[in-house]
Formats: sequence, structure tokens, C-alpha cells
Amino acid sequence: MVAVLGFFLFRVVPGDPVVSMTRGRPTTAAMQAELRARFGLDRPLHEQFWSYFTGLLRGDLGTSFTFRRPVADVIAERLGPTLLLVGTATLVAVLLGLWLGVRAGWRRGSPFDRVTTGVSLTLWAVPTFWLGMLLMMATGDLFPSRGMRDTDTPPDFVSQSLDVAHHLVLPSVTLVAVVCAEYVLVMRSSLLEETTAPYLVTARAKGLRDDLVRRRHAVPNAVLPAITLVFLRFGLVVGGAITTETVFSWPGLGLLFYDALTGPDYFLLQGLLVVTAGAVVVMNLLADLLHGVLDPRVRAA
Amino acid sequence: MRVKLCVLLAVATTLGLAAPAATAQAPVILKVAIVQQIDSLNPFLAVFQSSTEINKLMYDYLTAYSADDQAVVEGLARRWEASPDKLTWTFTVPDGKKWSDGEPITAHDVAFTYNLMLTDEAARTANGSFVANFESVTAPDDRTVVIRTKAPQVTMLALDVPIVPRHVWEQVGSVKDYANDRMPVVGSGPFVLTEHVPGQFIKLRANEGYWRGAPKYDELHFVYFQNSDAAVQALAKGEIDLVNRMAPAQFDSLEGKAGVTRNQAQGRRFTELLINPGARTRTGEPIGDGHPALRDVRVRRAIAQAIDLDALVDRVNHGYAEKGAGLVPPVFAKWHWRPEPGQERPFDPDAANAALDAAGHPRGADGTRFSLRLTGRAGRAYDEQAAEHLKRSMSDIGIALDVRLVSDNQLNEATTAATYDLAFSGWATSVDPDFILGLHTCAQRPGADGKGGTTDAYFCDETYDRLYAQQLSEFDEGRRRDLVRQMQARFYDQVPAVVLAYDNALEAYRSDHFARFTTQPAHGGVIMAQNGVWGYYQAEPAEVTAARPRGWGGFAAAGAAMAAVLVAIVAYALRRRATAGERE
Repeated sequence: MVAVLGFFLFRVVPGDPVVSMTRGRPTTAAMQAELRARFGLDRPLHEQFWSYFTGLLRGDLGTSFTFRRPVADVIAERLGPTLLLVGTATLVAVLLGLWLGVRAGWRRGSPFDRVTTGVSLTLWAVPTFWLGMLLMMATGDLFPSRGMRDTDTPPDFVSQSLDVAHHLVLPSVTLVAVVCAEYVLVMRSSLLEETTAPYLVTARAKGLRDDLVRRRHAVPNAVLPAITLVFLRFGLVVGGAITTETVFSWPGLGLLFYDALTGPDYFLLQGLLVVTAGAVVVMNLLADLLHGVLDPRVRAA
Repeated sequence: MRVKLCVLLAVATTLGLAAPAATAQAPVILKVAIVQQIDSLNPFLAVFQSSTEINKLMYDYLTAYSADDQAVVEGLARRWEASPDKLTWTFTVPDGKKWSDGEPITAHDVAFTYNLMLTDEAARTANGSFVANFESVTAPDDRTVVIRTKAPQVTMLALDVPIVPRHVWEQVGSVKDYANDRMPVVGSGPFVLTEHVPGQFIKLRANEGYWRGAPKYDELHFVYFQNSDAAVQALAKGEIDLVNRMAPAQFDSLEGKAGVTRNQAQGRRFTELLINPGARTRTGEPIGDGHPALRDVRVRRAIAQAIDLDALVDRVNHGYAEKGAGLVPPVFAKWHWRPEPGQERPFDPDAANAALDAAGHPRGADGTRFSLRLTGRAGRAYDEQAAEHLKRSMSDIGIALDVRLVSDNQLNEATTAATYDLAFSGWATSVDPDFILGLHTCAQRPGADGKGGTTDAYFCDETYDRLYAQQLSEFDEGRRRDLVRQMQARFYDQVPAVVLAYDNALEAYRSDHFARFTTQPAHGGVIMAQNGVWGYYQAEPAEVTAARPRGWGGFAAAGAAMAAVLVAIVAYALRRRATAGERE
């Protein structure tokens, strides 16, 4: 299903890979025809689809037009950086977002609530591109402006990891700032729903302190929607963060997606769709399974 | 708890103080920003400008272009001569030049490279057009290469084909699948490729044995930027040393910046406005949906006359361009053409209005004669601003413009299918004008299936084609120059497109790291994207190199802050746990 969609969706993308590849270079019609034949673009669409589909079943994602290498290789080398960046950012955003959401929701209308909600909504509304550039300018010389590694870092492991961490700061801060609001709001609103629940009255009647009521009774119930959201987001993580990766030239899948579209590099686009869609499906499955663990009602059902 | 705190403190200290001690003899590195992806570093497959630029550093061509005036000079071959019938060319590869692994460079390497392209379709991907007219290539001895062509070819000294070492490439099974990544990659150029991390960087080191002499610094790194704003910032901070392809606003932002020198150079690119002259395929069938009025050359001339080129250069290019005329930019002075007095078409809306009246397009009740689509690229500042400008110019002569700014791919699609009336386009030209002139011959139009064309202007003119054929076999440079200029005059007169401006190449470098770069041509020339690699090869490091910002201070601060927060959280949690019993 994903394969079918990917195949036909990207064929609709305007542009001709052979034309964009040869544009601006001395070429002859014969050379263009050779290229078309090599890429299999001269064959009828249904034949192209069939050979792609059978390849896919064998685990062969095809060869990228642009990079002249197997799509699987190209994607694999970009997967690590993306997981690192978006994984780190999501983790921080989730922890920070849930914590802020709980605090804000528990004392609705307090100055803390208003500031948190206001700031996170503002950051959410800010264009990622702009925020990234702004951060880059505001921090001046403190952080590198591109990529994942410097080219003249000593090759030993410690220097390399420190260098990567150094490069990771700005992109992940940008990403956290932008996605954090979602977790704050979901956590806050689901906690709000619980605040009027009768079992909290019971808990208070038992004489529990406010903190404990929140921690032991309200939050565990309110966290379920947030968990679903986290896993849904985690599935999309693999797709990368196109804008952030673009601003900071982070060599991840988002950047690859962007580059592939300008070809258009059909096989690469299809491969990326299959991988990202696969990740979403797997993560959704995980979310469902985890729900069973976290929520006894689901387990019973 | 104390143990935990100690661990955290240790981590914080490591993060904070792990700034690497400067080694005594750090290599001198030139760091260059590239904003385009690398498609492949296999010289037979690489088509992106960024990749061919790096290939040029790795492999010499048979001949080269001088830095001063782009005249043909020694490359791998030192001498050459053509037979009287101009069908046989003999190149002499001198003794003493070596591949970077120490093997001698011989005529057999040259013959091997060209023959690989003649026999293997994949090897023709990037540079096939250069050998399309070759009959045979042989190497009768170690020093002599003999090339026979099917027809006389005037561009035999402009064969921009990287020559590869036979002893390496003989082992390559399939050229089309070879990534050329056996580091260090054996080459003949001033630099040797040592590392390539896709999407991140490319490292080359100086080739000590280069036959022109070793470069004056140790390593050349290309670092990849996805967005040019970040590249300009990185230059301003001193993270990189050289950046090109800047927009006027970016270039202006670096004015007066300490340690940065800007280079406003004559570029190889021009921007043009296509006017669909009634596109047809090679076989004569109409293609696309250009407005029928544009088939009349009088209408095309009137449109061209109504455009104020000076104002465009001034306002849209911010002065970083020269007013357009012929197809060859002024940087190639030998072939450049400007209209003589009497040939030229000065900006004159009144004359344009009169011409349109005479051509049978009277103004309607609302003052409009007809309306045209103008297709351009969304997100390209030039197209956005010039479109507004043109809209006003055209409304002055009663033509309503419907501006359509679309994606790059859609623009390509519109121009290759001729589904436009007016469209922005542009080309980069090379030392020999053959490519840009040939682009506008009838044969470059698409075939009956609408594919295989390379032109986007759909020009097809008998006079122009006749001149093209003549110049291609004219070996007297003076006479060829006349023919090339006549062709441009004809193109100007028939207006399938208006050359709007010759764009300046805007570059900047850290003069506190590198004192001097060689430009090509010597005056007003470029550092990057040359017809050669003089800019990189002859770069001279500054006597006292300013330190690069490492930003470890910021990192240390951030690390310490994070560690402090962690410590606080842990301490808080521990304290709470310790007192939990009491509090409940």
C-alpha cells in the first residue's frame, strides 16, 4: 500500500530527472536517451512499477539517480544523525514538556501556568527556520553553525563525541523549543480533565498532601494520552526534521528528503517513504502495546 | 549521594575543560563552503558543479586554461598539433609527470580514458559530448596520443575531461556502480582526495608531487552547507575561509567586516527572459502552448525594447551585474558581443507601442492588447523582483502579465515542454562559446516525443545554424570570432530571448587566514568555479594566521549549566526521598 502510494505519488511530482541532471551541461539527445534507458524511465509506467515492486519484495529499494548508489545505503548513512538529533530533542522535549504540563495544569490560572503556556505557544508558532537562524546569530561564536562534525577535530573517540555534542546543541534546542509546546498542552489539558475526578476528592479526603495526590493519582491517569502522542511523534522522528536540518545543515534524513525532491529522485523518495511509513507503523504498534502495560483497563479489555 | 555528586562534577569538569590542547604543528587548512550536494566523485558520472569542481582538483585535463586570460596552456599534454585536414590531433604528454601514487603519467592513461568513454555508455554520462565526434584514440608510444575525429572540430583544445590513471581504473568492474572511494584516490591534480562523508564534508590533501609544484598549504576541506545564510555567517565567524554564490544582500552584509575580503567578480552566468517564438520539435511539429502573437518577430522586438535593462541591473541585481546583450558574457572578452550603434535596441516604450500597433495588435477598450504568462521560480529573489518590474514595463505597452512563480522542477517542466509565453532562464558559459551557441541551434530542440531537447528557447534559424556550422570548423581564430559575433547579433535581432544581465560572482574570503587568492581572469575574476583550479591551488596562507573560534567556551558554559541543573535535580530528589517518610 505504502509502496503503491509512494510510487505513484512521486511520479506526479513535476520535473524530469534526466532534464534536471543534464541541465546546463553540454549534452546530446543520444546521451539523454541513454540516461533514460539506464534509469528505466523509458519503459511504460506499469513495467516500472512492477520491477520496483518485485525489487522491494526482495528488499531492494533501487538505485538513486542523483547519488548513483543503492537507496538503502544512502538512507542508512543518514539514519544515525537523524536518530541522534531528533531522538535527543524528542527526549528532552517530552521530559520538559510533561513536567511543565503537569505543573501548569495542576495550578491552572497561576502565573506559572500562564507563563508556561504563553511561552510554549509562542515558540510553537515561531517559524523553525527563523528561530534557528536567530539562535545561531544570538549565540555568536559559542556554537558551530553547521553540520555534525568539524573537519579538523582529532580522530580519537572523546574529541569526536564532544565535537558532535557541541554541534548538537543548537539544532536540538531549536527543535525542543518548537515541539515542546505540544507535550505541554496535551499534558496540561489531560491533567485538567482529571482534576475534577471524584477519586481525587477521595485521595484528598484520605488526608494526602496535594503533591502526592498529583503524583500518585492524577498524573498516572492523565499521562496516557501524552504517551500515545509521544509514540506517534517518535514514529515521525525518523522522517527527520526537515527545517531544522536545513538550517543547521545536519546530515539527516530530512535533508536527504529535501534534496531528493529537487531531482526528483524517484527511487530515493520512494525508499524514504517506505522507511518513514514503516517507522510510524512500528511506533504505533509499540504505543498500543505500551498502553496495555500502563493501563490495567486496556489489559483487561 | 556523595559519590553521585562527585561523578556529576567530574563529568562537568570533563565537559568544561576538555578543550583540546593546540598541537605544535597544526596543518594549514583551507576550508571552503559548498552549498550544493555532491552527486558522485566518480569523474565519469559527476554532473553537479560542486562535484566537477572537486574532480578538477583531483584530475588534470589534457589541456588547461591560464589564470591570466584563460588562454589554452599546458595540462597533462605539453604540446599539440593538428593535421592539415584538422581531422587528426597529436598530443604529447611529457616525461616526468606522476600520479599521486608515484606511477608515471603516460599517453596510455589518456587513451584509456577516452576509449573507456567511447566503449562504455556509463562512462559517457557526464562528459560524453566531448567525445561524440571522436573516431578513434590511440597511444602509439608512452608520450603520444593520437585522436582522430569524424569531422573537423574547433574545440579540441577545450576537452574538459578528467584523465584517470589506467592502472587504477582497469580494475574497476562497472563504471556506473563505482563511487571512486578507495582513499586516498589516485589522481594527477594538485590535491588528493582523502575522505568523503556524504552530506558533511570532503577532505583533500596537497599533492606534494604535483608537476606544477606542491600547493602552499596542507589540506583543503569542503564543508557542506544546506543554506547559504549559514555559510555567510560561518565565514563572518571565521569557521570557514571561502564562500561563493552569495546574494547581493549577503555580500553587502560582509562590507567592512574585519578579516574578511570580498571579491566582486565577472561571472560566467547570464540571466535571460525567454520569449516563446512558437516552439516546434526537431521534426517541425508545434509543441507547447506559447502565445501566437509571439511568433511575430516584431512583437518580440517590441517586448525587448520595452524592458529597461539598466533599471533591472540597478534595482534587481543591486548593481552586481552588467547589462545584457549577446550570449557570451564579457568575462570571455574574445567572444563577447555588444550591439554596434545602429544595431542596438535602446529602451523606448513609445517605439515599442508604435511597433505593436503596426504589427496589428491594437489596444482594447481597457488599454490592453493581449495578456501573457510570465513563468519564474518561486523563492528566487531575482525572479520575484524582476517579475514585478516587468509587469509594469509590459503594462506600459498594453500587455498584461500573469506572473506564475513555481518550483524549480515545474519551471524546468514548463520550459522543456514549451508551455510558457515568457520565462526566466539562465546559463553558465564556458571558455569555448560552442556550448552556449550550440544550445540555440535547430538540432537542440526536442524530438517528436517531446524528449531529448536541451534548449529552452526553441530558436531555429537558418542563418544562425549556417553560421554555427561555419564557426565549428573555422580554425582561424580571428575569422571564428567574427562568425561567433555574427551569431550573437542574429540572436539579438531575432529575440527568442532577451539576455537581461551578466551576473557578477560574489565571493568572500578570510584574509586573516589566507592572504592571497589567484583569480581567473587576473583582473575582476573569480576564485571559485574557475575554468581550472588556480584559486585553490595558488592560495597563500597569511603570515600570522588568526585562530579559528572553537566555541569551547560556550560549550563549557552550557555543559556546566546542564551539569549544575542535573546536580540540583538529583540533590532535590534525594532530599525528598530521604524525608518522604517524615512528611507523609
